[in-house]
Amino acid sequence: MEHDGMSMWSTFAPALPEMVLAVISMGLLMLGVFFRHRTVELVNTLAVVGLAVVAVLVLMSGSGTVEAFGGVFVVDALARVMKLLVLFATAVAIIMSVQFLRWERIERFEYAVLMLLAALGMMVMISANGLIALYLGLELQSLALYVLAAMNRESGRSSEAGMKYFVLGALASGLMLYGASLIYGFAGATTYAAIAEALKGGENIGVIVGLVFLLAGLAFKISAVPFHMWTPDVYEGAPTPVTAFFSAAPKLAAMAVILRVLYEAFPGVSDQWRQVVVFMAIASMLLAAFAGVVQKNIKRLLAYSSIGHMGFALIGVAAGGPEGLRATVFYLIIYLLLTIGTFAIVIAMRRDGRAVEEIEDFAGLASTNPGMAFGLGAMMFALAGIPWLAGFFAKYFVLVAAIRADLVVLAIIGVLASVVAAFYYLRVVKVMYFDEPKGAVSAMPFELKLVATLSVVFALAYVIWPQPIVQMAQAAIRPLIQ
Amino acid sequence: MTDWPILSVITFLPLIGALFILVIRGDDEVARRNMRATALFTTLFTFAISLLLLAGFDPDAAGFQFEERRTWFGLMNYHVGVDGISLPFVLLTTFLMPGVILASWNVKKRLKEYLIAFLVLQTLMVGVFVALDLVLFYLFFEGALIPMFLIIGIWGGARRIYASFKFFLYTLAGSVLMLLAMIVIYWQTGTTDIAQILSSPSTLPVDLQKWLWLAFFASFAVKMPMWPVHTWLPDAHVEAPTAGSVVLAAILLKMGGYGFLRFSLPMFPAASEFFAPLVFVLSVVAIIYTSLVAMVQEDIKKLIAYSSVAHMGFVTMGIFALNKQGVDGAMFVMISHGLVSGALFLIVGVIYDRMHTREIAAYGGLVHRMPLYAFIFMLFTMANVGLPGTSGFVGEFLALTGAFVTNTWVAFFATTGVILSAAYALYLYRRVIFGPLQKRELKQIADMNWREAAVLLPLAVLTIWFGVQPGAVISLYDNAVNTLLGQVSAGLELANGVVKEAAARP
Repeated sequence: MEHDGMSMWSTFAPALPEMVLAVISMGLLMLGVFFRHRTVELVNTLAVVGLAVVAVLVLMSGSGTVEAFGGVFVVDALARVMKLLVLFATAVAIIMSVQFLRWERIERFEYAVLMLLAALGMMVMISANGLIALYLGLELQSLALYVLAAMNRESGRSSEAGMKYFVLGALASGLMLYGASLIYGFAGATTYAAIAEALKGGENIGVIVGLVFLLAGLAFKISAVPFHMWTPDVYEGAPTPVTAFFSAAPKLAAMAVILRVLYEAFPGVSDQWRQVVVFMAIASMLLAAFAGVVQKNIKRLLAYSSIGHMGFALIGVAAGGPEGLRATVFYLIIYLLLTIGTFAIVIAMRRDGRAVEEIEDFAGLASTNPGMAFGLGAMMFALAGIPWLAGFFAKYFVLVAAIRADLVVLAIIGVLASVVAAFYYLRVVKVMYFDEPKGAVSAMPFELKLVATLSVVFALAYVIWPQPIVQMAQAAIRPLIQ
Repeated sequence: MTDWPILSVITFLPLIGALFILVIRGDDEVARRNMRATALFTTLFTFAISLLLLAGFDPDAAGFQFEERRTWFGLMNYHVGVDGISLPFVLLTTFLMPGVILASWNVKKRLKEYLIAFLVLQTLMVGVFVALDLVLFYLFFEGALIPMFLIIGIWGGARRIYASFKFFLYTLAGSVLMLLAMIVIYWQTGTTDIAQILSSPSTLPVDLQKWLWLAFFASFAVKMPMWPVHTWLPDAHVEAPTAGSVVLAAILLKMGGYGFLRFSLPMFPAASEFFAPLVFVLSVVAIIYTSLVAMVQEDIKKLIAYSSVAHMGFVTMGIFALNKQGVDGAMFVMISHGLVSGALFLIVGVIYDRMHTREIAAYGGLVHRMPLYAFIFMLFTMANVGLPGTSGFVGEFLALTGAFVTNTWVAFFATTGVILSAAYALYLYRRVIFGPLQKRELKQIADMNWREAAVLLPLAVLTIWFGVQPGAVISLYDNAVNTLLGQVSAGLELANGVVKEAAARP
């Protein structure tokens, strides 16, 4: 019996962080249900504490690669790094929401619980070592996110965002599931390693078709063109902290899945999927650059910005090799840290108790709220990838990898698209710094100021001590290049 | 030799000054005075340290001096140093910056941000000239866009927003391709260290050299600016505040020429030779066309801006003559133009501060009220024309001599530019300074005050001194230019050898 207990433990141990997170989220759900009133703050606090605990568990999960549940679940360096980032992004998103939900009078304890469930889904996605676990994680994440998007149910736009996200998301899930079934049908396996093994004999058209469907579903999650249509509407309609969450954590998780699927399950047919990835990268960068130019709403602008950034990160995926994979992860980390800070400032933009989302309404912020204007300005330059700010290095490493892989045309399109995109980032700076003031916006609450300050300091001072993030990215990709 | 990191100190000291200004609270007169004093002191102190650089510099030594190396990303490292080609530009920058700050003494609007922007800009400009790592160079080169964008956009004239966007996007579009070319060089040579790449003749394949050359050219031609991608310059100049124009004309424009000398020539010698005719044509068109355009301008700053484009035509022509006289001349034109164009924009600033217009037609007969001003303006007009005895003559003469050896027709057409420059410069001078003093607004105009004179005097002294004693400047970079040309010819021989070998093969 004791022996059985040991083996049970060793089977479940790798998934301990996920299990703890599941228990915490269910516990908080019950707390909220039974003590309906006055629990929101407590739930929020406990949620952040819970995420920290889970992060510690992830950190303590040792090193090396451990598989569980018969090989469908894996914990390796990539999983650890990505999970930590997802947990971090979730915790910050919850912290950034507190004040906003109060302002908008949509304080509900379900909010933090849904965030936790979404994070749990992402963790399962990241650790999935087969198509079934991947789908489970993805759906858990997606269902939680659909509800979060529609959180502000009094607002027509928020409900519309949730509905749109749900319908298109369901379509994407369907595509993915169809692809997975094709892959299973032709390769006879669902775990990544077994699929790779089955493909050793030569490529198989059925598997390739399945792979394209699978990629389409994943592209939806990172909102790569041509599966980006939901992004601007959902970003605009969802409550701003939810948008911040959307643009950070789920992108990271889905990108980790893409890396894992392509490099662990389908390394043998890289010539086939590389074309798809290259196309998505080019289409995303170009569409985001040109469509972003005409946007008037900052949230829509940031939606196109995130599409463009994902396109750029896909260059690294297409390039592959140690440089390309490292560049992708590096890009994602920098993008995450920048996007959080940008949203912290956007969330805090309020005038007369109402959110300020039109870019024109930022006019003259540099004289009325110099700190906020400086912060958002620095973020815009960083996202545009102008040197000395952190965003440049993300782009630089991706380009290094692209040139290495002889993807010169892709690199040229990438840099030219980033010049076009620079226009819309500059426009935000222009409105804040060059235009006549339209009146001050409210002061930033403490926690948003803290997040924004840390992020701006990171963007400006990253050059001083670049090694930690480079090493983190290096560590994360080690399992993929072995 | 000194063992403290003198170049890093010169580069980053202005940033520290900017931090001091950042923490000054309040917007009253005392705070403003403190900010201005801090900025002036910082730039003066930086200039003083850069004089130590001059004192410790050995013009006859080979390679780079005052080198500093630090590991950084691994892929790229912090490596700075100067040689005879970069040192003059470092000194030009540190020398001009106190004047730039003094010229901004009357700025009222958001003074704090203004001074910070200029100090940050100084760091980035000096950095461009001292960087010895490709990526570090790019960081400084591109980073300068942000402060300049803000300077034009916040403190500029009526069409400042259009001008700032044009400036930013034009230069960014040019530069990103250069970044890709740098990455290609990294994968070809295995390093981004400029000193290491230059330590042996370029072995890059000739076909690749041509692509890389074009990518670098895209960046430097925009920055230079060369015809036909010069159109951002008049807009940026006209709309920038006086100090911004000075920095733009005197220093930022030199980055393109410096880039050609530091990268295009030694790293892609075969491509440089191959594309030299293209550069000649563009240079000659720039010299003649923009001189003619300058002649019909109604706006003083626009006229000087077009004249800058014409002078930069001499620089590119001299550089791609690929001989000693040509490159020496190009260097000299750049240094002299830094002094003269900077001074001319300061001179325009003097009357703009009084009358708030740059229309040539709004002036006339200033000599009656402003004799000192008329004298200084005359001096720099003559230097701009290239009158012997001023620094303007030496560079243009050498560049034309160099071009004459390579291609007589190029020299012939470029020389007409000298005549045209006399035409537009003297025409401008006559309309602004001479004639009867008829306009009522001008009747009470005051001559230059001590501050304005103090800014222009050192420039005037150097302009004359360099005109009479050009050896003082040339001896600084003589050795470095010889090394550069040695690298070019070695690279060419290597490339030709490879080509011959390929042809000899059956």
